[in-house]
Amino acid sequence: MKVHEYQAKDLLKAAGVAVPAGIVITKPDDAASAYDELGGGLIVLKAQVHAGGRGKGVAIGPDADRAEALEIASGRKPRPEGMAKGVQIIQSRKAAVDAAASLLGKTLVTYQTGPDGQAITKVLVTTGHKIARELYLGMAVDRGLQCPVLMASTEGGVEIETVAKQTPEKIHREPIDVGLGLGGFQARKICKALNLTGATAKKGEVFFKQFVQIFIDKDASLAEINPLIVTEEGDVLALDCKLNFDDNALFRHSDVAALLDVSEEDPAELRAAESGLSYVSLDGNIACLVNGAGLAMSTMDLIKYHGGEPANFLDVGGGADKEQVLEGFRILLSSPRVQAVLVNIFGGIMKCDIIASALLAAYNELDFRVPLVVRLEGTNVETGKKLLEESGRRIITASGLTDAAKKVVAAAKNAA
Amino acid sequence: MNSACQGLKSFDGWAPPTFQYPRDDIGECLLASLIMSILVDKNTRLICQGITGKAGAFHSEQCRDYGTNLVGGVTPGRGGGTAVGVPVFDTCAEAVKATGANATMIFVPPPGAADAILEAADAGITVIVAITEGVPVLDMVRAMAYLKAHHPNVRLVGPNCPGVITPGQCKIGIMPGYIHMPGRVGVVSRSGTLTYEGVWQLTSLGIGQSTCVGIGGDPVNGTDFVTTLRLFEADPDTDAVLMMGEIGGNAEEQAAALKKSGEFTKPAAAFIAGQTAPPGKRMGHAGAIISGGSGKASDKIAALEDAGIRVARSPADMGTALQAALKG
Repeated sequence: MKVHEYQAKDLLKAAGVAVPAGIVITKPDDAASAYDELGGGLIVLKAQVHAGGRGKGVAIGPDADRAEALEIASGRKPRPEGMAKGVQIIQSRKAAVDAAASLLGKTLVTYQTGPDGQAITKVLVTTGHKIARELYLGMAVDRGLQCPVLMASTEGGVEIETVAKQTPEKIHREPIDVGLGLGGFQARKICKALNLTGATAKKGEVFFKQFVQIFIDKDASLAEINPLIVTEEGDVLALDCKLNFDDNALFRHSDVAALLDVSEEDPAELRAAESGLSYVSLDGNIACLVNGAGLAMSTMDLIKYHGGEPANFLDVGGGADKEQVLEGFRILLSSPRVQAVLVNIFGGIMKCDIIASALLAAYNELDFRVPLVVRLEGTNVETGKKLLEESGRRIITASGLTDAAKKVVAAAKNAA
Repeated sequence: MNSACQGLKSFDGWAPPTFQYPRDDIGECLLASLIMSILVDKNTRLICQGITGKAGAFHSEQCRDYGTNLVGGVTPGRGGGTAVGVPVFDTCAEAVKATGANATMIFVPPPGAADAILEAADAGITVIVAITEGVPVLDMVRAMAYLKAHHPNVRLVGPNCPGVITPGQCKIGIMPGYIHMPGRVGVVSRSGTLTYEGVWQLTSLGIGQSTCVGIGGDPVNGTDFVTTLRLFEADPDTDAVLMMGEIGGNAEEQAAALKKSGEFTKPAAAFIAGQTAPPGKRMGHAGAIISGGSGKASDKIAALEDAGIRVARSPADMGTALQAALKG
């Protein structure tokens, strides 16, 4: 689960990690009082959306050309004068209100959002700082080491993936014992690696320890501070912060679960999750409904292999009963792009005739406007196929994966 | 089929023996030792943690019906009763003492699953198969650290996995038994139903399996590809291995490195799921996510092929890819 920057900073602050002072606003006029409250001077306004690349992003109104906005946000086209960025630095009350008005109610397009962008409903107004150095701090679970690893680099403010690829020696890594937290010796090693000295190093040690602790205490899956800044006064501050949490651990963190912003989520993906289904929307026109995540991914690959384009990933779980299939179909058919549907179920312990009955029942309850290809495998597969074939519905049965893929690709082509 | 596999046919209609421990049926032990496999076999004595739950009871019954020697179950607070015709105990320690169990299948809900794994290890159980899906990653980080420190000889498979089966001998998990056939090809996979698909393709081609291991789809788990490949390498009755990987992490690359280094010498074929998956999106499994440019299917396929492992491009070709690998 992802949270907004301001929410992540609230969590950091509560844990004793130094962050710049900030106020969240939802109306442009509130920028004036926020400006005053933060003491005026240099102030930064930041659009609160879940995507990265906000600084280079483009805030646009409803009539703007979104494809062009994406080109500009991705740096492939020059930015016209006066086009609002997702992060703006201002120095007056009036400029604060203008900047807020250029963001709130608009859509932010960044290289990560795609042309659809994300609606901006909140802006974080935060103090500006005189930056002496920009550093990087990140933490994630390393699968090979089977523990979280704290990563620190002197190369802050840029894409860490680029640093990792071009100069991996510039990323310092410390494996973390989740019982121990960040050891004092490790904190000192990080300070050395980042060339922090004197009072700044002391502040850094506290910062790093608390940062690691909040990752452990809240079951984070990814934490990133980029940039981590050293101010001209020698303070260590989290200028930005990204926190993701382990969905499987939300049951013990009601405070984190409450931070979910549903407006940032794909409505179809949320709806699927509520029914215990796992759904990811893709760009193609052939929808698929499959039992099991690995087989669902493979079915997407299979469609592509035979010249089609998958419209989604949809895992209905190991079983596939009527309610799950029904909800799955509803989600698939709600996309106007879909021109054919492939059901691929490996029956396993559930018998194919029972699955076929569930498919039919779901089919009959819905307005199925596109061809449906069904591939079943497992016990009683012939009975199951017969049920579907003799139903009088527009259901095409298939034998084996290849046959199914060829039939659904052909059906989608005919429909297009 | 080779002679050892044909010998297996005598197991058809085999029923679980009544409890005798230590085992005195030397003949049966000898026969079992002739038919090699990894992790589980006829000598496996299984308990189920969470046997009184719906899924635990259903799959315990399915395993027993397959011929697995199910000797008991554990549900705290339900000790003294019975479920699926076997005694239920409050703790693993009591279950091991009373039944001589040496393997466990875990259906405990996610919040208590990691604790259940450690309880089994503490009780002296050496093969732990955790089926539970949705265990917090940091719980598994803690559990693995504990196992490495205190129970280095314990073999944990999972969590979030279909389980382990040695066809004709022992099934621990939720896989459908009938799709398997005893034989000499090892199967290892991060997935569930995709594993069934691959196994079914092998069986349909007349290629039997020595042992099929579902290692699970979580980022931190007990057994990885490399460990499983080492077990298959050491097993004289596994001739080749079919592996199903997926996007996320670099376990497949490590497997490729093992093959390339010469530490794994047997013919192998593979399939990687998620060739069309977009970056940054979790594809069902917690571990199946392309992040920061790593974990891509194309990198995994390239590494495997570079190591001389035949990679099926279509999931329909997993069985034939293995068949081709066997022919060399």
